[in-house]
Amino acid sequence: MFRSVAELVKIAEKKNISISEVMIQQEMDLKNQSREEIFSQMEKNLRVMERAVEDSLQGIQSVTGLTGGDAVRVQQYMKNNQTLSGPILLDAVSKAMGTNEVNAAMGLVCATPTAGSAGCVPGTLFAVKEQLKPTHEQMVRYLFTAGAFGFIVANNAFISGAAGGCQAEVGSAGAMASAAIVEMAGGTPQQSADAFAMTLKNMLGLVCDPVAGLVEVPCVKRNAAGSSLAIVSADLALAGVKSRIPCDEVIGAMYRIGQTMPSTLRETGEGGLADTPTGRLLKEKIFGTN
Amino acid sequence: MKFQSVFDIIGPVMVGPSSSHTAGAARIGLAARNLFGRQPKWAKIHLYESFAKTYQGHGTDMALVGGLLGFDTDDERMKNALQIAKTNRLKVEFIVESARVDHPNTARIIIGDDTDTLEMIGVSIGGGKVEIIELNGFALRLSGNHPAILIMHNDRYGAIASVTSVLAKHQINIGHMEVNRKDIGKEALMVIEVDENISDSILNELRNAAHIIRISKIVS
Repeated sequence: MFRSVAELVKIAEKKNISISEVMIQQEMDLKNQSREEIFSQMEKNLRVMERAVEDSLQGIQSVTGLTGGDAVRVQQYMKNNQTLSGPILLDAVSKAMGTNEVNAAMGLVCATPTAGSAGCVPGTLFAVKEQLKPTHEQMVRYLFTAGAFGFIVANNAFISGAAGGCQAEVGSAGAMASAAIVEMAGGTPQQSADAFAMTLKNMLGLVCDPVAGLVEVPCVKRNAAGSSLAIVSADLALAGVKSRIPCDEVIGAMYRIGQTMPSTLRETGEGGLADTPTGRLLKEKIFGTN
Repeated sequence: MKFQSVFDIIGPVMVGPSSSHTAGAARIGLAARNLFGRQPKWAKIHLYESFAKTYQGHGTDMALVGGLLGFDTDDERMKNALQIAKTNRLKVEFIVESARVDHPNTARIIIGDDTDTLEMIGVSIGGGKVEIIELNGFALRLSGNHPAILIMHNDRYGAIASVTSVLAKHQINIGHMEVNRKDIGKEALMVIEVDENISDSILNELRNAAHIIRISKIVS
């Protein structure tokens, strides 16, 4: 089993295979299952992601009313206006937010790596798809590439906001998406690692401060930030820009920052945006005073 | 390593909004139902700390009840679980506790029908993973890092062998095992952590093994 990004890249380069292929082979060994079985399980996850995006574009509202409708709003804006950030980036943002709107409304999602950060990987996938025109197999492989990097973060640091703040959740999710975009666009394993590092570096220190403790505000918009950063970092890596700090060291930095983060900023709903006048007011409106 | 499979990262497929407060809660409810062996007629659910403070917004109540109704984390009937419980004549009561406990996401579930009751304490440790820390007064120690099987059995010779021989036949390795009993010859509990998830057909085989009363699996 690979334990670090350096090991993962080395295996891929030595065998001259893609990162997704390294992940698929490891999973086949672990489960003692055929390639077809592993692949079809991931295809099921892909279908859930696709449906969540489709559902969100019909318009959706959470139980509390705090979130919903922004995915549609962005799509409308794209249709009727000359946008500033461009169609692919905004499409990713819309689909990432949409996935999290479905999540907030108790719809069906695939945790990638968690439910709160479930928008980044599918949001970017269904947006870059329009430009890269991948085969169905490449779309499934996208999830294995993302999973390979997430696997390393989960085992060397953390992937939950309660443990390490939002940097561990949306930070990891956006970085996983960057690495997967690079592979789909024809980049090298090392370029995937650089893209991952560049996204995570720019998410370091991000706290988990959900209003009323709910996976809604600011989680939905954090997925917008994570997915847009994912695409920018992928472009940087494909342009040949390298991360000065190696990927594994960035993951290590994220871990140490998370360990020193106070508990009020780790998914307790006690600090940050949750503890603003409006945040407190919204909490009161939802749960009453107690 | 804590995480072994790519599907720990890309997955589970689940009803939102929170892997710990929704998916984990459903798995706690489902474990209670499986241990009880059938749908109970009533449930008293005590909620602690973060579960107590945010259960409505996260749908923790629906998820716990959904689990009791037999819904898994990806069952879209979860949203309507409270309504479905009424239709299925499952009477549910939630009790919000202010006592401090070791883990922020803790639920104590007491379920029963005309013939039997069961009490269980479950905690949701993140990412949809759960631990059952107490069952009918038996303290449990499950790491939550591996799938586990909980087996209530009669304290008789041969009960343990009948279970381990089924696992051996299917080449399933036991990582950790504990056996507890209330008194000689009375109800006893086996807790077995294994390296891989147990299929339903193996679970049925175990259910039919000698001296077994109830059985439930916990997916890591």
